[in-house]
Amino acid sequence: MNFTLIYSIAKSMLLARWRQTLVAAVGVTFSIAMFITLLGFMNGLNDLLDGLILNRTPHVRLYNEIKPSENQPVNVAAQYKDSYNFISSVKAGITRQEIYNSGPILQAVKADERVLGATPKLLAQVFYNEGTIEITGVINGIDVEEESRLFNFQDYVTAGNPIDAKNVANSIILGKGLADILVADIGDVVQVTTAQGERFSLKVVGYFQSGIQEIDKVQSYASIETTQKLLGKPANYMTDIQVKLHDLEQAPAVAREYAQLFNVDAEDIQTANAQFETGSSVRSLISYAVGITLLIVAGFGIFNILNMMIYEKMDSIAILKATGFSGRDVNLVFLLIAMSIGFFGGVVGLVFGFLFSVLIDNIPFVTAALPTITTYPVNYDVVYYMIGGIFSLITTYFAGFFPARKASRVDPVEIIRGK
Amino acid sequence: MQEVILEARGINKEFHDPVTVQVLRDITFSVNKGEFVSVIGKSGCGKSTLLYILSTMDTDYTGELYIDKELMSGRPDKELARIRNEKIGFVFQFHYLLNEFTVLRNVMLPGLKLGRYSEQEVEHRAMERLKMLGIDHLATQSAYRVSGGEKQRVAIARALINDPHIIMGDEPTGNLDKRNSDIVFNIFKELAEAHNQTLLIVTHDPEFAENTHRTIEMEDGRIIRL
Repeated sequence: MNFTLIYSIAKSMLLARWRQTLVAAVGVTFSIAMFITLLGFMNGLNDLLDGLILNRTPHVRLYNEIKPSENQPVNVAAQYKDSYNFISSVKAGITRQEIYNSGPILQAVKADERVLGATPKLLAQVFYNEGTIEITGVINGIDVEEESRLFNFQDYVTAGNPIDAKNVANSIILGKGLADILVADIGDVVQVTTAQGERFSLKVVGYFQSGIQEIDKVQSYASIETTQKLLGKPANYMTDIQVKLHDLEQAPAVAREYAQLFNVDAEDIQTANAQFETGSSVRSLISYAVGITLLIVAGFGIFNILNMMIYEKMDSIAILKATGFSGRDVNLVFLLIAMSIGFFGGVVGLVFGFLFSVLIDNIPFVTAALPTITTYPVNYDVVYYMIGGIFSLITTYFAGFFPARKASRVDPVEIIRGK
Repeated sequence: MQEVILEARGINKEFHDPVTVQVLRDITFSVNKGEFVSVIGKSGCGKSTLLYILSTMDTDYTGELYIDKELMSGRPDKELARIRNEKIGFVFQFHYLLNEFTVLRNVMLPGLKLGRYSEQEVEHRAMERLKMLGIDHLATQSAYRVSGGEKQRVAIARALINDPHIIMGDEPTGNLDKRNSDIVFNIFKELAEAHNQTLLIVTHDPEFAENTHRTIEMEDGRIIRL
């Protein structure tokens, strides 16, 4: 097959009608550029919103749920084994919130090679005293350094130095919303009352802003030692072990394994945050649908232009066939025309898509809820560019397919005699 | 015994739309190598239809067609295209050059398609033919810029590029004035006599037909004079 000849014929036909060609190519360029921009922006936003929760959420959380024993004594007793036992008002009994044997578990988890890191956490329910008013809240006792390394804690401390929570004794990093309610500046002292009735004074060393208002009104952070002191517990007391894995997808399996191995409750990130996955996938779906619609519209544009071109080129097709070009050759010529429109339109579209993305990436976007964000988020994933490029070729192929087939079936006798 | 280039045996053709009309009835004849044959007849007698069947472009007929002693009937489109490319040259009433290309490129296209020679050789051969027809000065012109008579000569050059067994023409002078008609006729004559080129030309110009070696006359789908 002398492809260079077919190529040169297609090229000449394209260039002879360069204005039409340009219109068709601009259609493809526009839709690819929009496709890339839309997906990049949409997914940038997705990543941002997911990051709000997912970056800070442990992949696997080990804890001890307070719940009644599943094996009530009456069910275990031999003489009542075969009967229906009705027990009312079952209580949780003497289970504790604390993770039993926490030290060795933490060590074992850290030694697991699937694990990026593990850090203990301690939740303490407290009341903040604001004059006569008591505001309920939660103090998270954390290992500040590990928390910063694994869960980007430092990104969310908008004022003050996070490490002060560890270095300054009896210190607290207040949620921004809570700090506003308490009118507490950095360096001030706030009064808290624990659930057990103990009263403590804690020094404010920073503000914490998660981007989710409700959380910021309730949550505060302190070092794990301070929190243990608040609760009057020993240094090995912890209620949660937060695990971050190398691979997020392994979380459900690891959670199941740990639950069995350590005899604790384990929750994976997929179960805890199913709604974010759903939200992200629906948003992606919408942007793909819009992008692909744009491409299909561009495809119809190409289809029309090629169809017109074939009517104009009837004579040329007839003469090509009369002088020995087969239907297949003619088909190839027109497919090549369509594909080159798709290819060049697509490549320029990808470049423009990238430029638009950069443009959006530089538009200032400042919001109090998102302290780490200064411009609109954009995702530059190569995958979108590949999808865009491949799809532009596929659309133009189909747009060219039918006109090309029509051209290949032109009967030269009819055209030549028809004059 | 002269070598037979083209032979038709019992060719029949019918048009079915809107009513069935038999346009060709039992056409049987042959053309020898180096012959300059003209086909004449009144409008609608089927001479053009016959030519398109002989050219292998129209495959909807019954009977047998041999070109270069090979049976053409019933072959697939791709093979027929190759045979047209290699063995048949065409000249039409309307000049049918590809307007996107230069004169030279138009002449070269069937040669490039055949792929027997390299591109440089095809170009050289195309220039030879343009020179022979006295239009080599037009080689770099765009095809739509040259005059009608010149276009027809370009078409003849194109028909000659692959040294075909036979050149077929469908009223090649029908659209030309007297002077250009004479030029084209003289080219054909010279091709036949000096280069031993076989020609089969459909015309309704009796003067043109008279000067050919042999005239086939048709009426109502039949050959009435061989």
